[in-house]
Amino acid sequence: MRTILYIIQKEFLQVFRNKSMLPIIFVVPVFQLIILVNAATYEMKHIRVSVVDLDLSATSRTLVSKFRGSPFYLIQSTGFSYREAEDEMKRGTADMILQIPADFEKNLLKEGRAKVQFVINAINGQSAGLTNAYSTMILLDYNREMLLKNTTPAMLAGLRNIQTDYSYWYNPKLNYKTYMVPGILVLLVTIIGLLLSGMNIVREMELGTIEQINVTPINKIQFISGKLLPFWIIGLFELAFGLTVGKVLFNIPMEGNLGLIFLSASVYLFVILSFGLLISTITHTQQQAMLVSFFFMVVFILMSGLFTSIESMPQWAQNLDRLNPVMYFIRIMRMVLLKGSGFADISRHFWSLVVYAVCSLTLAILRYRKVS
Amino acid sequence: MTPAASVHVEQLTKRFGETLALDNISFDVSRGELFGFIGPDGAGKTTLFRILTTLLLATTGTCSVEGFDVVKDYKKIRNIAGYMPGKFSLYQDLTVEENLNFFATIFGTTIRENYHLVREIYQQIEPFKNRKAGKLSGGMKQKLALSCAMIHKPDVLFLDEPTTGVDAVSRLEFWEMLKRLKEAGITILVSTPYMDEASLCDRVALMQNGHIMTISTPREVIRNYPLSLLSVKAGDIYNLLGELRKYPGVHSVYAFGQTAHVSFRNREVEKDILSGFLKKNKHESVEIMPIEATIEDCFMELMNNNH
Repeated sequence: MRTILYIIQKEFLQVFRNKSMLPIIFVVPVFQLIILVNAATYEMKHIRVSVVDLDLSATSRTLVSKFRGSPFYLIQSTGFSYREAEDEMKRGTADMILQIPADFEKNLLKEGRAKVQFVINAINGQSAGLTNAYSTMILLDYNREMLLKNTTPAMLAGLRNIQTDYSYWYNPKLNYKTYMVPGILVLLVTIIGLLLSGMNIVREMELGTIEQINVTPINKIQFISGKLLPFWIIGLFELAFGLTVGKVLFNIPMEGNLGLIFLSASVYLFVILSFGLLISTITHTQQQAMLVSFFFMVVFILMSGLFTSIESMPQWAQNLDRLNPVMYFIRIMRMVLLKGSGFADISRHFWSLVVYAVCSLTLAILRYRKVS
Repeated sequence: MTPAASVHVEQLTKRFGETLALDNISFDVSRGELFGFIGPDGAGKTTLFRILTTLLLATTGTCSVEGFDVVKDYKKIRNIAGYMPGKFSLYQDLTVEENLNFFATIFGTTIRENYHLVREIYQQIEPFKNRKAGKLSGGMKQKLALSCAMIHKPDVLFLDEPTTGVDAVSRLEFWEMLKRLKEAGITILVSTPYMDEASLCDRVALMQNGHIMTISTPREVIRNYPLSLLSVKAGDIYNLLGELRKYPGVHSVYAFGQTAHVSFRNREVEKDILSGFLKKNKHESVEIMPIEATIEDCFMELMNNNH
């Protein structure tokens, strides 16, 4: 036991003597939170529209003014040539073309129906989908106004009218920042845990210091706990620090029990740290360890539900995602912080992490060899 | 195995894939002996030390240290062996004192308890005890590494090329320290590529390409040198070597700094005749002297015989 404490003490001494370490622990989280949270938002703003109004009637102008009045749209240009508008989209100066055909007003008044066309740049499928949804909403709204204007109250009464209202639960203002902060915190803890732990043992191999350790009577358990615990402590500290920054800068809600967050984090960190350890047993240099860690990290993070919703992934990917520890912890964080979930609500995710931690730690300990 | 043997190695072979690093070697080192392994880079010295310190598994053969088998009882060996790897492998970002303290603690002891063992060595670096190990000079690093290898009072010390990359004065000091450790009853196995250090050992093993060519006391190695040897000096050393090789009866010619060592199978070589031959070939200021073989001469000769 004394040996373990002494290895931990040595490890901390080395960590804090490393000049790049303190900035990594204190400055990086703040920067990541500020930059990522503000930049990675799904809110659509400034959709640039090129209008091709071939009708030029009062009705068509009302429709265009509806778009102009919305905060999401920016009328980039108005013209009479569809080809010109298409050129604009090709050049990248327009995101959407709104084409109103000639006789739009006439058809609408005479036949009660008319057509408009949206052409949306769908290179980014997600934003194209959102643009389409917003535009359809505006059109529906416009439609309703037209109905009201052109029908008598008697006719109106005959129309069955279903109105939909929205209320968004757990995030009533649809504030993406409160949604992003918990996820970014998970990202932070993951990077710190995976890179520091994996790098640390490989560094000892590179410098040759592991030789000197290996001829001592230190056993595997002592060595591994001495290596994992310091980074486990740093990881938990990092999470506490990140939560504080999130509260102060973004006033993120903390509905649930913080103890539950830290309990899950302590299990999650064991998963990540054993992954780091496992990587260090299959690599020989810090560069190799870095590359392997990055490979796993990119896959884990992109599939974690941080940026894209897991429910919209294909079924095979969702099945595969059960192996993704980052996904579990992001869910726990969001559920507890935003929804105020209790242990019973997150228990499935929590126990998955426990199983994961036990498996990866066992594997890492078995793989680690003092003798080559 | 003799009862007093501290290290016992029998028919040890180690392969790395196709490469044969150690080829069927056997030897015994007695308790309290200062035993040297002399050989160039790639002779297999480090591989041998890594097997004896339980860091590497042998392909075939058995080894024991203080009666403990390197495979079965590796845990016991780790408690009684001190190992100083060829590459400086202490923590460069920890101070001198922190390093020593760390290694004392993981062996379950303290600096104070075993201070008497390392006092003489450690005292020389103690003024720098708050300096980081990475900032020490080569000689001081060596002293710190030896202190760390000694702090748990080992019975056997394995020193892998401890004097490589260390200046001449520090090298001499280092060997002085080894002598004193030996007097304290510690068995010391040391490897070195420097032939001149062989004479400082009790016994030496000359190694080449994974073989041990001979094991003997340094004096005995020299006595067994089968040839007669002349040291020849002249102005133009490059041409001198070429012409000596053409001289009838010459067995081998090697450059030793500014002189050439010439060996003859025939023990009765008239140095006047050789001198005349060289003068005829326009060599100036020729000096010829019969000399006793050095370990290096013996090494070269053994190497020739093995190929």
